[in-house]
Amino acid sequence: MNGESIVWIDIGALSDIPPSGARCVEIDDRTIAVFRDRDDRVYALEDKCPHSQGPLSQGIVHDGCVTCPLHNWVISLASGKAQGADSGSTQTFRVEAKDGRLLLEAGAFS
Amino acid sequence: MSDQQKQLVVIGNGMAPGRMLEELFEREPASYSVTIFNAEPRVNYNRLMLSPVLSGEKTYADIITHDDDWYAANGVTLHKGDAIEAIDRDRRCVVSRSGIELNYDKLVVATGSSPIVIPIPGVDLNGVYTYRDLDDVQRMVDVCAGGGSAVVIGGGLLGLEAAAGLRERGMTVTVLHLMPTLMERQLDPAAADILKRAFEDRGVNIITEANSREITGSQGQVAGVLLDNGTEIPCEMVVMAVGIRPSKRLADDCGIATERGIVVGDNMTTSDPDIYALGECVEHRGACYGLVAPLYEMAKVIAENLTGACASFTGAVNATKLKVTGIDLYSAGDFADGEDREEIVLRDATAGVYKRLVIKNDVIIGVVLYGDTTDGPWFFDLLKKGTDVSEMRETLIFGQAYQGDGAADPLSAVAALPDDAEICGCNGICKSKITGKITELGLSSVDDVRAHTKASASCGTCTGLVEQLLALTLGDSFEPSAATPMCSCTSLEHGDVRRLIKAKELKSIPEVMQALEWKTSAGCAKCRPALNYYLIADWPDEYADDYQSRFINERAHANIQKDGTYSIVPRMWGGQTSAKELRAIADAVEKYDIPTVKVTGGQRIDMLGIKKEDLPSVWADLGEAGFVSGHAYAKGLRTVKTCVGTDWCRFGTQDSTGLGVRIEKFMWGSWTPAKVKMAVSGCPRNCAEATCKDVGVICVDSGFEIHFAGAAGLDIKGTEVLGLVETEEQAIEHIVAIVQMYREQGYYLERIYKWARRIGYDEVRQQVLHDAEKRKAYYDRFVLSQRYAQVDPWQERVRGKHEYEFAPLAKLDQVVAI
Repeated sequence: MNGESIVWIDIGALSDIPPSGARCVEIDDRTIAVFRDRDDRVYALEDKCPHSQGPLSQGIVHDGCVTCPLHNWVISLASGKAQGADSGSTQTFRVEAKDGRLLLEAGAFS
Repeated sequence: MSDQQKQLVVIGNGMAPGRMLEELFEREPASYSVTIFNAEPRVNYNRLMLSPVLSGEKTYADIITHDDDWYAANGVTLHKGDAIEAIDRDRRCVVSRSGIELNYDKLVVATGSSPIVIPIPGVDLNGVYTYRDLDDVQRMVDVCAGGGSAVVIGGGLLGLEAAAGLRERGMTVTVLHLMPTLMERQLDPAAADILKRAFEDRGVNIITEANSREITGSQGQVAGVLLDNGTEIPCEMVVMAVGIRPSKRLADDCGIATERGIVVGDNMTTSDPDIYALGECVEHRGACYGLVAPLYEMAKVIAENLTGACASFTGAVNATKLKVTGIDLYSAGDFADGEDREEIVLRDATAGVYKRLVIKNDVIIGVVLYGDTTDGPWFFDLLKKGTDVSEMRETLIFGQAYQGDGAADPLSAVAALPDDAEICGCNGICKSKITGKITELGLSSVDDVRAHTKASASCGTCTGLVEQLLALTLGDSFEPSAATPMCSCTSLEHGDVRRLIKAKELKSIPEVMQALEWKTSAGCAKCRPALNYYLIADWPDEYADDYQSRFINERAHANIQKDGTYSIVPRMWGGQTSAKELRAIADAVEKYDIPTVKVTGGQRIDMLGIKKEDLPSVWADLGEAGFVSGHAYAKGLRTVKTCVGTDWCRFGTQDSTGLGVRIEKFMWGSWTPAKVKMAVSGCPRNCAEATCKDVGVICVDSGFEIHFAGAAGLDIKGTEVLGLVETEEQAIEHIVAIVQMYREQGYYLERIYKWARRIGYDEVRQQVLHDAEKRKAYYDRFVLSQRYAQVDPWQERVRGKHEYEFAPLAKLDQVVAI
């Protein structure tokens, strides 16, 4: 693969994720949380809060962020960065919704 | 330029080529000899005005842009009703359906777009229409004359305009929309919700997330629309308005480059430099346009380039306006949430106004206006120009009229109000009455003003204005109220919100946010779960639970653990179990490899470390043994702990186990502001520890002593005694009444002991013990609520509800490229 081209993997339909919700993609022993916001934008993050590895996919989605279900850290969906007074960052992946399908960038975890 | 006029041929006679010719004639009237081929048998009319024609507010004559005289005056040859069949690029000519062959020097392809017809069974039936041109409108108007029902498929701009028009013509109209909210490309969900209610108020029925499976018919005629969920909506007419597709067949046939539309460069030429494409058939830098402003921009660029200039079209941001009389809606740009974006929201519930600006790096990037769209063009202008708005930030949302001349302080806007300006609409209180009373009586708080003037005492939405008047009148000596708002999305406290939900009959989260003038467009992780609970508690038979506003434990019906696995606690009524139940638990533990099994403090068994995917199967197995959810994860009824009572105990005075089981069977499934734990002890030795529970019962010889407001967690507190009752029936009625009173009055996450301390223990005794009528009313309302709440969530999920919650979206063993 050269540096220019991106390999996308079809991981399902946009409608498989409820608006303001998330679903998981499991790749070997890693889990990637794919979020859909209320405006149908999609985001993908490693399913681990930078604080204590809480599963972000299980949190409440609001204002472009997700609140971790374990200790209420607020993580930006776009950047993976902890918001407010907390600091830390979760890895993000490229994901796109195209014609109702969800495409996840393959390169990031191969 | 040669002496001979050059030939300009235009395919299509819509609004864009019409504008292009105007621009061209304005620049160089005689540079081209122009010929237009129009597939429609008429002159150029304003397609944006189809909606008023459909609704009957305008006629065809009213919406003509260029009449026959215009074509004659400009020397344009117009072939009406004659479509071009082919473009022959080698011979540089076009061939029409009627057989005309005409050479061109320059050709403009403006074939527009065609409506998308979703290929479901029944689309060929009589009575299925698209909504695109005047012929469509005429056909629909003809059907309307006979009355009846219409179904519009598509809740976008066109679909809604069609629905409004058909309704105006007296039809019964249902709109089916695939997505969760109307016009999702142009509106944020908050505005979409207000729009939905506005349509419903006009009598248009709107069904979102509606997937049409089939158009049913009889004898070739439309009879109804069948949805995926089995619902059938009978109708005589179906209007398809799901979108448009660029018409590019001519270009494809002659080998011009196309993608979704006919591909053009910034100078608007296609891959053939003598052929331009214009309007909805165009694809420019990957984007297709369906709104008129960018099409006019393209028209101008082509006109300039036809006259030798070197103009560029560089793409456009669209602004959308809905053309339905009485509904003012404006949207532009990008209004998605984002952590690098800020929003400014203004809601005026009385006037039905919602305004939202999305700002990034001090520049407006998105605008949504509902109810008052006068500032739309001004905001759009700021957006297009990328104006830095940091200077006017404070007053930006109030619009252009508030800018400049030192109006930067919101207080000065209030100061500028005339004395007779109405502040409190509910009670008709004007500004001078409030400021007068503040001075006269030395009032210093909003509560004082409420007490003496009634301003802000009813719906409370003018509280902010009253505070500003206090600040203005008192100057520095004013101290804002110490009220703790629910969260940063509102200045209202929990109590205000609960009161207003009832008083204003607010029945959905977006409705609450609009009516109570939320400062954000969609709330946050603090207010959404609270509002969801309040609405469930207040409107049990009407409100649809919003699962995305619940914490994960209540969404997954299990308790999340630190490693992301879950624990579950099945209900053991009154803490009693049996060999069959224990065997089922043991089997499940082995079958699903559940690492930890633990006895809880509430006399139940907790299974910890279950993988989320396994939950439905574990529940299925447990369900076969008769287990239901123990709601160990819920802000709701948890356990009813009991001792063995008269069954076994030599000191027992009553059947405490039996009463505990009865209470639990009656009350399980109910949602409460915070968790509710109960206990029943068979004698004052109190082995079930009932005197530190939310509600407890101590059995005595003469009956049942009912306790409430205990705590044994963060705080430790013995219970208060409600009183003594004689029978189990009375005990249950009193317990249910206390819990219902708490359900109606408690603040979200406020335990019973805190709630009771806040409102006063005597107040609880007064309403529950002494006022039989109130007690009965609380009891009845609880019973009503249970009708909807007492459903085992585990078995619902075994049967497939919210399947997406438990299964991963995808499992990729190996990364395979596609």
